[in-house]
Amino acid sequence: MSGALLSAPILSSRGLTKRFGSRIACRDIDFDLWPGEVLGVVGESGSGKTTLLNCLAGRMTPEAGTITYDSATYGPVDVHGLSEARRRLLSRTEWGFVNQDARDGLRMGVSAGANIGERLMAVGARHYGDIRRTAADWLDRVEIEQARLDDRPTTYSGGMRQRLQIARNLVSKPRLVFMDEPTGGLDVSVQARILDLLRGLVGTLNLSAVLVTHDLGVARLLTHRLMVMQGGRVVEDGLTDQVLDDPQDAYTQMLVASILPV
Amino acid sequence: MPDSSIEGGAYNYAYLDEQTKRMIRRAILKAVAVPGYQVPFGGREMPLPYGWGTGGIQVTAAIIGRDDTLKVIDQGADDTTNAVSIRRFFAKVADVATTTSTEKATITQTRHRVPETPLREGQIIVFQVPIPEPLRMLEPRETETRTLHALSEYGVMQVSLYESIARFGRIAKTYNYPVMVNDRYIMSPSPIPKFDNPKLDRSPALQLYGAGREKRIYAVPPYTPVKSLDFDDHPFEVESWTECCALCGSRESFLDEMIVDDAGKRMFICSDTDWCERRR
Repeated sequence: MSGALLSAPILSSRGLTKRFGSRIACRDIDFDLWPGEVLGVVGESGSGKTTLLNCLAGRMTPEAGTITYDSATYGPVDVHGLSEARRRLLSRTEWGFVNQDARDGLRMGVSAGANIGERLMAVGARHYGDIRRTAADWLDRVEIEQARLDDRPTTYSGGMRQRLQIARNLVSKPRLVFMDEPTGGLDVSVQARILDLLRGLVGTLNLSAVLVTHDLGVARLLTHRLMVMQGGRVVEDGLTDQVLDDPQDAYTQMLVASILPV
Repeated sequence: MPDSSIEGGAYNYAYLDEQTKRMIRRAILKAVAVPGYQVPFGGREMPLPYGWGTGGIQVTAAIIGRDDTLKVIDQGADDTTNAVSIRRFFAKVADVATTTSTEKATITQTRHRVPETPLREGQIIVFQVPIPEPLRMLEPRETETRTLHALSEYGVMQVSLYESIARFGRIAKTYNYPVMVNDRYIMSPSPIPKFDNPKLDRSPALQLYGAGREKRIYAVPPYTPVKSLDFDDHPFEVESWTECCALCGSRESFLDEMIVDDAGKRMFICSDTDWCERRR
């Protein structure tokens, strides 16, 4: 970690504000994400977590503030100052985005292999055999049988779809992945497998990630640092264990106290 | 202004009014300047239904003049209802000579085929296009497909070819086979068989494409590279037949399979009637 601290942050946000009419979804959000770090964003529904993530990933334009991404090819860039062409290129090469509902992130009408291969083909891969081999390899890495390569995601279970979505995003070896409730809506045993998988992949691929979740258990397992949001503001941030074990803000204390004991 | 010097004298020359023809010509000029780019135009009601060549007929009306010679083909044939009607329409409203000979035509309006006889410089071929957007079946939003064209984001087109190989073991698309024009725009060549795709590449003739319902015009100027999409290990191939044409014996033309009696007897004949007749 000490090496990472000497380098520049991979993503940083300064004064990020997003309004919907008179309603403020995100207010003055500042943070730095360091290479290899997983930042969790937690808070209740409507606290602005997903809006924040969409602004960071360039899917929404904030009213104020700047987001700087340290690109491998272009160096530090202002995400919202980039041309749409550049931003879309970044988002399909250096970034990944895992949606809560896998149907939003997958092409349901084509096979799993085509889903995984899309990013490769988008950047110019034109050898069917190679694309297919890579896709099969990634199915393996996300623990789906290779025999399912030519099946459509419509025939997959919810957990498999989510794993396929992860494979589809990671195949282009992104440096930064945005995840919006990647385990929301899945049952607990499936959640556990996906969390295991994500933890392994983040470690081996040295990914940086911003993970939005309302599940403090997920945050505890996957994230290094945590930001707690309420009403569009960051009310507390710090190392995950520190925030969860010794919450300072009243809202965070309430949030931690409301975890159901098993 | 009505032109009383011709038989269909109640109408302006070539049916459309001059302002409309100017508008269409401007769209054509833009289309020629940006090969493969779909230019919107103000499509007019034509005296035939959508799907019968309203786009092609408007393009032809905008470019035709008295010294032109018009050929109209439908699925390669000069003698089908649609081809005969459009030919007669222009003979009446534009006072032009018509022909079935590809060589003699200055303008060829076509549906679903490119003639077998190679086109030459100075000729124009006008395609009738039902769905101009090659990405339509993959991406339903028009705003999004325009963005994809603008940014050359064509991964999704390749995905559809990948899917075809995964399912059928080869690229199973046989008509309306997507092409890359001038290394920039992916274009729908209209529903011609992929057999005709190589004829589009660096063709000496000007190719104009008109889509009436969708109100789009696009073009491929002479000698422009047109490449059919494929994979390195699944290269583009055209159809081939083991039979030859039963009428003219041609082995190099596109053949239609006909069932000739109730016992299921089959016969293969050239789809291009002009080509077939001249060889007999």
